[in-house]
Amino acid sequence: MLADQDRIFTNLYGMGDCTLAGARKRGHWDGTAELIKKGKDWIITQVKESGLRGRGGAGFPTGLKWSFMPRNSDGRPHYLVVNADESEPGTCKDREIMRHDPHTLIEGCLIAGFAMNSNVGYIYIRGEYIREKELLQVAIDEAYDAGLLGGNACNSGWDFDLYLHHGAGAYICGEETALLESLEGKKGMPRMKPPFPAGSGLYGCPTTVNNVESIAVVPTILRRGATWFASFGRENNTGTKIFAISGHVNSPCVVEETMSISLRELIDKHCDGVRGGWDNLKAVIPGGASVPLLPKSLCDDAIMDFDWLRDHQSGLGTAAVIVMDQSTDIIKAIWRLSKFYKHESCGQCTPCREGAGWMMRVMDRFVSGKADIEEIDTLLQITKQVEGHTICALGDAAAWPVQGLIRHFRNEIEDRILQEKISV
Amino acid sequence: MLRRFHHTQPDSFEFSEENLKWAREQIAKYPEGRQVSAIIPLLWRAQEQEGWLTKPATEYVANMLGMARIRAYEVATFYFMFQLQPIGSIAHIQVCGTTSCMICGAEDLISVCKERIASIPHQLSPCERFSWEEVECLGACANAPMIQIGKDYYEDLSRESFESLLDDLFANRKPIPGSRKGRFSSEPQTGVKCLAEYENGKAKFSPAVSLARIEGDQ
Amino acid sequence: MSDLRKIIIDGIETEALGDMTLIQVCEQMGIEIPRFCYHERLSIAGNCRMCLVEIVGGPPKPAASCAMQVKDLRPGPEGAPPEIRTRSDMARQAREGVMEFLLINHPLDCPICDQGGECDLQDQAVAYGMDFSRYREAKRAIDDLDLGPLVETHMTRCISCTRCVRFTTEVAGITQMGQSGRGEDAEIISYLNQTLHSNMQGNIIDLCPVGALTSKPYAFTARSWELEKVESIDVMDALGSNIRVDSKGRRVMRILPRNHDGVNEEWISDKTRFVWDGLTNQRLDRPFIRVDGKLVACSWDQALDEAGSLLKSEQVTSIAGDLASVEAVYALGQLTDSLKGKKECRVNNVDLPIGNRSGYVGTSRIEDIDSAGRILMVGTNPGVEAPVLNARIRASWLAGSHVELVGEAVDLTYGYKHHGTDLLSWQKLAKNLENVDLADTLIILGQGALHESLDNSALGIAMNLADRGAGLLILHTAAARVGAMDLGFATEGGMDQALDGAGVIYNLGVDEIDIPSGPKVIYQGSHGDRGAHRADIILPAAAYTEEAGIFVNTEGRPQLASKATFPVGEAKENWAIVRALSGKLGMPLEYNSQIQLRLKLAKEFPHLMEIDMVRQNELQPIETEQAGNAELKNVINDFYLTNPIARASAVMAELSYLTRSRDGEFNEAA
Ligand SMILES: Cc1cc2nc3c(=O)[nH]c(=O)nc-3n(C[C@H](O)[C@H](O)[C@H](O)COP(=O)(O)O)c2cc1C
Ligand code: SF4
Ligand code: FES
Repeated sequence: MLADQDRIFTNLYGMGDCTLAGARKRGHWDGTAELIKKGKDWIITQVKESGLRGRGGAGFPTGLKWSFMPRNSDGRPHYLVVNADESEPGTCKDREIMRHDPHTLIEGCLIAGFAMNSNVGYIYIRGEYIREKELLQVAIDEAYDAGLLGGNACNSGWDFDLYLHHGAGAYICGEETALLESLEGKKGMPRMKPPFPAGSGLYGCPTTVNNVESIAVVPTILRRGATWFASFGRENNTGTKIFAISGHVNSPCVVEETMSISLRELIDKHCDGVRGGWDNLKAVIPGGASVPLLPKSLCDDAIMDFDWLRDHQSGLGTAAVIVMDQSTDIIKAIWRLSKFYKHESCGQCTPCREGAGWMMRVMDRFVSGKADIEEIDTLLQITKQVEGHTICALGDAAAWPVQGLIRHFRNEIEDRILQEKISV
Repeated sequence: MLRRFHHTQPDSFEFSEENLKWAREQIAKYPEGRQVSAIIPLLWRAQEQEGWLTKPATEYVANMLGMARIRAYEVATFYFMFQLQPIGSIAHIQVCGTTSCMICGAEDLISVCKERIASIPHQLSPCERFSWEEVECLGACANAPMIQIGKDYYEDLSRESFESLLDDLFANRKPIPGSRKGRFSSEPQTGVKCLAEYENGKAKFSPAVSLARIEGDQ
Repeated sequence: MSDLRKIIIDGIETEALGDMTLIQVCEQMGIEIPRFCYHERLSIAGNCRMCLVEIVGGPPKPAASCAMQVKDLRPGPEGAPPEIRTRSDMARQAREGVMEFLLINHPLDCPICDQGGECDLQDQAVAYGMDFSRYREAKRAIDDLDLGPLVETHMTRCISCTRCVRFTTEVAGITQMGQSGRGEDAEIISYLNQTLHSNMQGNIIDLCPVGALTSKPYAFTARSWELEKVESIDVMDALGSNIRVDSKGRRVMRILPRNHDGVNEEWISDKTRFVWDGLTNQRLDRPFIRVDGKLVACSWDQALDEAGSLLKSEQVTSIAGDLASVEAVYALGQLTDSLKGKKECRVNNVDLPIGNRSGYVGTSRIEDIDSAGRILMVGTNPGVEAPVLNARIRASWLAGSHVELVGEAVDLTYGYKHHGTDLLSWQKLAKNLENVDLADTLIILGQGALHESLDNSALGIAMNLADRGAGLLILHTAAARVGAMDLGFATEGGMDQALDGAGVIYNLGVDEIDIPSGPKVIYQGSHGDRGAHRADIILPAAAYTEEAGIFVNTEGRPQLASKATFPVGEAKENWAIVRALSGKLGMPLEYNSQIQLRLKLAKEFPHLMEIDMVRQNELQPIETEQAGNAELKNVINDFYLTNPIARASAVMAELSYLTRSRDGEFNEAA
């Protein structure tokens, strides 16, 4: 188990002092100005060397992403935008950072902002997180009062303003370009890429969007060194990571652990095991709603990192682990995700707008068994017609869980359809 | 779900003085000429003031931000937290129904809502004090199943604890938010497995719950 | 600097500019890419996903060719040009998939749909779709909208391509249409179901790739394949929009725009599009003569005899109206000359300088609006005088040009700096520009700045600025005016001088003014409007869709209108009536056909036969007396009722009524 002294989020549960003073006592905001004075290149290099990959789902190397920002401004301001939309089903990690350890994020924003030549940052928090918004705002106000934000922030010589902005209930606003649209006061409809945000993002200016956790870990990485962070996990999958485990475990929880921890260890050590014991496990969705599930057979050896899960046709996503035991109606569990995607499709592009509803309607009938066996393949094809054909990755996200279900539980669907036919 | 303005609308809307001041501060967060960015926060504040988002309020906000009404309407209908029809005066109960909550019992909570509030979502209870809807994942999955009422999350619910929560509401008592299983926040219920050093010093309530209580006291 | 890059498409190497989109490059190469949302005159939405193509060596998914630019492509291995495939399995499967999605919620009501036969969805379903549907669920139904008397909606057919929303917001400049809600419940709507407040709204009918938005007046009257289609020129304003007139038998069934980059792009105004019901109402379908104060029908012979004897015995003045073709005016001019009569086309008392084309046409082209950095408008409301031109100004404004206006402050759908409403304000503005480089300034001078009472001063100021480098465009409101001026159909001193001493007025379609009492009047025209009522003899003539004719547009571009149907009843082509009359008078004009007429015209006025060419007019600044101050007053009061055809149209009458009552409401509220 990750030792307490190697935890970045030492107040994850909010049991300690959440104020700036408390955060300082836990080591945050320590020598921030000095870190900044080491320069942009040093910061970006450190982040690259730490191996940090984006914690928002896609796992894109954070340092590399920062290096895409133009080195010098052409007169347009640069923006840092923090993605705190956390709406991927199963995911509830950024929430803990914002309400309990907000100074990790605020300090990270200042450093990241500096590294990408940005004097202004916006944190886009999902609308439902009202208490989180209030608590984070308190922390931002504290930081301003203490001179850690604003002109010559933290005596670093860098001016940095940080604003909190909220949404109003739309999962799609977690997609970075939809987020920018929403932040500009429009419907959260994703933009086409290119142009990428680093070239033309918020208000048409160079912008980098990062997940809360990606930003919040940076100050500690810089303080403790890239090699320290890189010492956790496997190659290319480094660092510590917040996992959120929900569903059929004895003690669901949110916990920071080392990357590449085995799924079984994660569940057994932190969640007191699967309800009814490991053998009662049916399947796990290892990375939030959009990644295909793992059946028990794969769970036995599963390693919780980007590469292992990708190699097994799933993904780490947001490291939101949804555990389902034998009692679960797995078809219905995935149907509920289809319903989610239909509800959350923005409606902009054809395959997602029409496909998400269609997939859900076929899944409806799979749940009740009122379908034909051949429709399993039809559904699979529909998912392929959506996947890769949409403006943003929500289409893929809607397709993958269904594909995972068919891949691993086809016979269960078939059984249900046959059962229904017999009973009629 | 089709989302449109409600058929019956009040005649007018105006921000309270305090909200107007607040709105101007929000607008100042965005660069010159980008005041439209403030639309969601402003519509939200208007909804908080009125209980639901009315047509006059939407148009008022559009005017204030110098944007076309249709663009404000698009925003109001796109984001599902905007309640385009009146909601229960005491509580509008939003039950998370997505997979983590569903497999942990959200369907029980929904059937309680149907029994005790209204058979269909978004419909006012006969006393008009309550309404409910099923919402998508609220991002508190490690505390499933859960609901949101107003600003607060009520977590780790069961049919029984939800019923008693409703009893409180029906009796005009504001229930304490947070876990219904005695958890502080999202630590394992059986006790923290890490960061134990903070456990002893912890406050009675987690920061979010404290915030709700402070407000409740006012 | 041109940024040409090599690119391989379907195995063929070509060169294209870096900022061209792939769909444009394909088009240039003649490779067809299906599309619904993409429209080259609207912003790129990329939402239909029909245009997906494979990018070799790119990510393992296809890309939207309407949005991807050549410069976005990465070169292949060893610097080989990037390669795309439009017919690979990946591209084909993507299209089939999208097609199926589009059809699942689309009603299969092609047999009763007005779009049938010219529906992109229908065509592409045949070309790219699968031939059966696997969709077993219930189809979505959507409420229709009431957009007003022009656009019929069948929203269940809508495929959410958002072209209509983009057109109305971007081009027409109204903020009424949008897409509310989200996901599969997203709806294309007008705000609170309002009818549309734009005189360009009909264009969304053309833009809608399916039958969701169709023409209300045209509804169920004909199927596209039954129609005779003739390319022609519009005369509702002086822009000379290129149109296609579709007819069935003797009736015009609809009017559609044709593309002309330099003139109307591919838009037309609602008056241009929907005026056709006016072609059948109030028509003068046989000759009349006034007997005992009453107009009675008579034969052509009688009418011509009567007209001939009038013309022989009285001093004649011929006046030419707003809709007359060059040929008609030319013939009438020759006849008038042979009778030693006077001629005038400036019937609304505007002071266009005779013989000075730079003064009555200007020195610029419509296209110059696109590149102008500053547009100065004087005495004009292009929003009603030439809505399509106004959309062009709006586009230029959106692209960053500054617009300033002297004259009545009106809603133009874009922002402008207002400098006052009178001549002095124009003088002052010009003075402020004394030390300014005017190279990218374009002056658009309207008829409101040319009224006699201004003594040519407004024009003089404009020409002075033009002399210092500014462009000048005179914005006319009458389709016939420039052609008639080119023919010299005018009298020094204007209408007063022309009518002075006239015993008979030969009125060629002048319906916008009151003819002074006194002289006898021969009216030649198509509709029983103001001119006919004042007439002693009526010679019924073809309307603009019923004869061929040259019209010179406001920038001086001669264009050919064609005959789409035959004249109604006994009406005859305009030039032919004049020719017949000349015979009666015993001084026959030297042509027996329109071709002969044109050959003669070409000798005398060669530029009028330079069809579709815009001559560069050499600037000849005019001397002006510094007149006293006067107001610049716009000339059009009611957009929908500017000519006899429009006034005969029930559709125009309804639109006029709706607009007036809306403006009334607006005034009350204000
Ligand atoms: C439909 C959709 C929803 C997303 N939701 C979130 C989210 O809630 N939070 C988040 O950080 N990233 C989300 N992402 C990923 C973002 O687009 C983006 O990749 C991320 O914020 C980048 O941050 P990172 O590099 O730090 O991971 C979402 C992506 C998609 C396609
Ligand atoms: S109505 Fe027609 S033009 Fe408008 S979005 Fe629908 S399909 Fe496109
Ligand atoms: S034409 Fe390219 S996405 Fe519609």
